[in-house]
Amino acid sequence: MELSLATRSVSDHVVLEIGGEIDVYTAPRLRERLIEMVNDGAKQVVVDLGRVEFLDSTGLGVLVGAHRRLRASDGSLTLVCPQERLRKVFRITGLDSVFDIHDSVEQATSGGSPQAARAGA
Amino acid sequence: MTASPGPSATVSLTFVPDPAYVRTVRLVAAAAARRAGVSDDLLDEVRLATGEACARAVALHRRLGVDDMIAVAMTGGTRFTICVTDRGPADDAEREPGEDTGDILAQVAAESGRLAMDEEVLSAGVGLALLQGVVSDLAVGASSDGQGTEIRMSWPVQRRPRGPA
Repeated sequence: MELSLATRSVSDHVVLEIGGEIDVYTAPRLRERLIEMVNDGAKQVVVDLGRVEFLDSTGLGVLVGAHRRLRASDGSLTLVCPQERLRKVFRITGLDSVFDIHDSVEQATSGGSPQAARAGA
Repeated sequence: MTASPGPSATVSLTFVPDPAYVRTVRLVAAAAARRAGVSDDLLDEVRLATGEACARAVALHRRLGVDDMIAVAMTGGTRFTICVTDRGPADDAEREPGEDTGDILAQVAAESGRLAMDEEVLSAGVGLALLQGVVSDLAVGASSDGQGTEIRMSWPVQRRPRGPA
């Protein structure tokens, strides 16, 4: 399945809902969209991976890049990843310790997770 | 000029170094693995590892401006083996997989939000970590003709292969 990208606002967060496959072919489109969002002034970005069927290292690299850019502009990147299949990819690469990962958009936008509190300290 | 897939390959294909075809190879790999008798639980790993090996080869060809085809050979048997061969310089093959991975991941963890690392370099390191993480039997070395690097990985076959319909 091709990549689909849709944004919506939830309280003071911008949620980017991704569907399909994030790989070496589609990742550049995701990178462009995330850069666009940051340039448009988005600060608290939630990337919802709930409908993602495949995620490779290129996609992970794009997410780390967005994380970095948002931090540099006093923003934050939070991930929503309810699927164990994808969580495993974060664990194997050690990136689960870099990202603040939640099970649902509600959880991600309500804030106050221990991990988020630590990162902000 | 493409690598010989070997006489016993069940499925072999070559593709131009274009990221658009990596998905196609992933789909073929998962289907061939299933046909060869690899457990359904492992198909995600076959898909992921094949994607990483092909993405790595595509990135290498593009970085070096090499237009040659990338070869993928899949072989059934007591184990299901996938071999991805690029046409990059063979000295690249002398690096064992994961040599840089630890460093890169440590850097990711240490720098977290203030990463100064190039995304491509990061992805390459993460790709190797993924390959090592999902493939217990992984070998990287010079290709048999010495003109590129070969990533060979295999998975156990847990049930009788599906014969022709």
